[in-house]
Amino acid sequence: MANFETVEVSTDLLIVGGGMSACGAAVEAAYWAKKHGLKVVLVDKAAMDRSGAVAMGLSAINQYIGQAAGDNTVEDYVRYVRQDLMGITREDLVYSIARHVDSTVHLFEKWGLPIWKDENGKYVHEGRWQIMINGESYKIVVAEAAKNALKTLGDDCIYERVFIVEPLVDGDKIVGAVGFSTRENKFYVFKAKAVLVGMGGAVHVFRPRSTGEGLGRSWYPPFNTGSSAYFTIRAGAEMTCQEVRFIPVRFKDAYGPVGAWFLLFKSIATNAFGEDYMVTHPDVLAEFAPYGLTKPIPANLRNHLGLIDERAGKGPIYMQTADAIRRLADAYPDEKQRKKKLKELEAEAWEDFLDMTISQALLWAATNIYPEEKPSEIAACEPYFIGSHSGASGAWVSGPADLAPAEYFWGYGNMATVKGLFCAGDASGASSHKFSSGSFTEGRIAAKEAIRFIVENNVEPKVDMGKVEELKAAILKPLDTFEQYKGMTTDPNVNPNYIRPMQFMFRLQKIMDEYAGGVSKSFTTNKHLLERGMELLTMLKEDSAKLAAENLHELMRCWENVHRMWQAEAHIRSVMFREETRWPGYYIRADFPKMDEENWKCFVNCKWDPNTGQWDVFKRPIISIVD
Amino acid sequence: MPSFVIAEKCDGCKGQDKTACMYICPNDLMVLDKERMKAYNRAPEMCWECQCCVKICPQQAMDVRGYADFVPMGASCVPLRGSDNIMWTIKFRDGSIKRFKFPTRTTPEGSAVPDGGFETGTDDLKSYVLFTEPGSLGCEVPSIKK
Repeated sequence: MANFETVEVSTDLLIVGGGMSACGAAVEAAYWAKKHGLKVVLVDKAAMDRSGAVAMGLSAINQYIGQAAGDNTVEDYVRYVRQDLMGITREDLVYSIARHVDSTVHLFEKWGLPIWKDENGKYVHEGRWQIMINGESYKIVVAEAAKNALKTLGDDCIYERVFIVEPLVDGDKIVGAVGFSTRENKFYVFKAKAVLVGMGGAVHVFRPRSTGEGLGRSWYPPFNTGSSAYFTIRAGAEMTCQEVRFIPVRFKDAYGPVGAWFLLFKSIATNAFGEDYMVTHPDVLAEFAPYGLTKPIPANLRNHLGLIDERAGKGPIYMQTADAIRRLADAYPDEKQRKKKLKELEAEAWEDFLDMTISQALLWAATNIYPEEKPSEIAACEPYFIGSHSGASGAWVSGPADLAPAEYFWGYGNMATVKGLFCAGDASGASSHKFSSGSFTEGRIAAKEAIRFIVENNVEPKVDMGKVEELKAAILKPLDTFEQYKGMTTDPNVNPNYIRPMQFMFRLQKIMDEYAGGVSKSFTTNKHLLERGMELLTMLKEDSAKLAAENLHELMRCWENVHRMWQAEAHIRSVMFREETRWPGYYIRADFPKMDEENWKCFVNCKWDPNTGQWDVFKRPIISIVD
Repeated sequence: MPSFVIAEKCDGCKGQDKTACMYICPNDLMVLDKERMKAYNRAPEMCWECQCCVKICPQQAMDVRGYADFVPMGASCVPLRGSDNIMWTIKFRDGSIKRFKFPTRTTPEGSAVPDGGFETGTDDLKSYVLFTEPGSLGCEVPSIKK
């Protein structure tokens, strides 16, 4: 076995991840841990300043209620999310995040995040729930507060560049996690009384549209690799909404944001013949009543209408940027004012990209696109797993005591069905539309409950060191495999004894794309395709034992792809189980093309049993708490 | 190749064991070639073009070249990040140039206090009220009677 020092770290609370939810967890946990004399450790596979989905920055905060000003109520937000997800949402969880989210945004502002204000000092809204920010340094500012919070507990609370691979479980309880440094030959064993998972969603499970150098230009970041899903599934946690993938429609190829164009600039999108697909398909919307007939039209139905036109050969689909800018400028008849307004709009449009999707600015510059002069193409991206946006995949967690119906409550808010395992952000499911601010907020909620769990169940974690040794050997095995066989061929990339992580990822992506309804199948699948996909995925799973890694970086890539593979399996099993088409703009079950409210207005949950290795997929009821 | 290093400008961060770009890349792509004392992007096809490396490089030795499989050549999008603002220079394929400057933060670097100066309210670990609430919310935290 490769020679790695084993480093043991004992803590009370372990936070796994460094993005928005993990930073929220750190800020809240530090306060309560200090009061109760507890230790908190955060472990991040990257550097907290720029880790997670907000690494590049953001141009808007998409969840702000405006409670204190009376702009909206928390109930309004629950109704909005329920409508967007076609009725499938945990209202208790959505309510729980929404009631605290303004509190988080106000902290961000104090920490130094510039939020746009109007002449009366009120936040400038992009849409009803969205506020505009100058967000290039959003993550740096938030990480700074998280690091400052952890500093109050000591100097040894943060481990960066350590990649967590597996959970450590003792019976029905989480007791820690293991992983390795991506910088030096060290194997880490974290022992903890509770673990909070905030390792993001999953990208590159499906084949992306760009497969050459642009492979990395995914909409959600390529470093979100399904680690939350893997960690919770492998701990034996019940999962929910694993079929509810998300496919955003974005500016084509570079995936620049469309929110500012649709909401702030009031632009419309049309097909190549100038038809507004949002108004030309009332019959389709009616098929998905009541959701199709209620505003705002759910994201997946908006996708669906655009895709109908695209399949009919009416593409490209265009964002009519020039018309939108002209309309906004026309409100200023005075020529000087009009010019000033145009300049303002131009800066706003470019900042929207430069703050969060620089590639789109580069692509516009490279294709000589001046948005005030001509329209720009938009298209559906590839499928992603992102429980924090308009997808819903994640672990099935308890709601808070005051909100959750009995069926959704087991002692501690945001705790999965494994004791001591807490989830936030993309790691927790059925609580969509939390975005950056809500993910941070959910991290706070989960962290406070995790600290309470530790205080009320304060027993030393029992870690089976024999099992840890087994895990160490298994986790480092790709390095051994490469060393053992690399000399057999003249090109280390082609060797019958092993598979390297990049090709392994391509194999996964091809299976998912062609059998589970990816881009090349226009997001359409059926039972037979899914069954065949499952057969091929099973062989891929077997071959994962032959992954080979030349160095620490590649070792991380090996395990990231194993994580993706498990997310893929949970997805296929859940799509197969749900015999209807509920989110047609995310995927179509060609064998069940209609929505079936009578039989399928329910959650599809699944669970992998660590003792038997068997999967179970089943229904859970939807219980509404808001009218 | 998404982010790239300008050989002439890179000094390998003067022989420290990690360079600024290695430190910051969220996808672990930057590597220091210790023989040449130059950094490079080891897997451009996994680069998100987040430009975290470009923004942090002390030598301004990094830039991004659009993905070769779909971006026409000749444009550039170069940031210059200061302590409270960022300046962008965008060069179009047709040669025209645009410059934008945006604020990035309103407070001095390092000054973020976890409670944001809000009163830390409840000491009740059992309550759903978070540590800066109700101050940071501006109103009581609502609930629903089950």
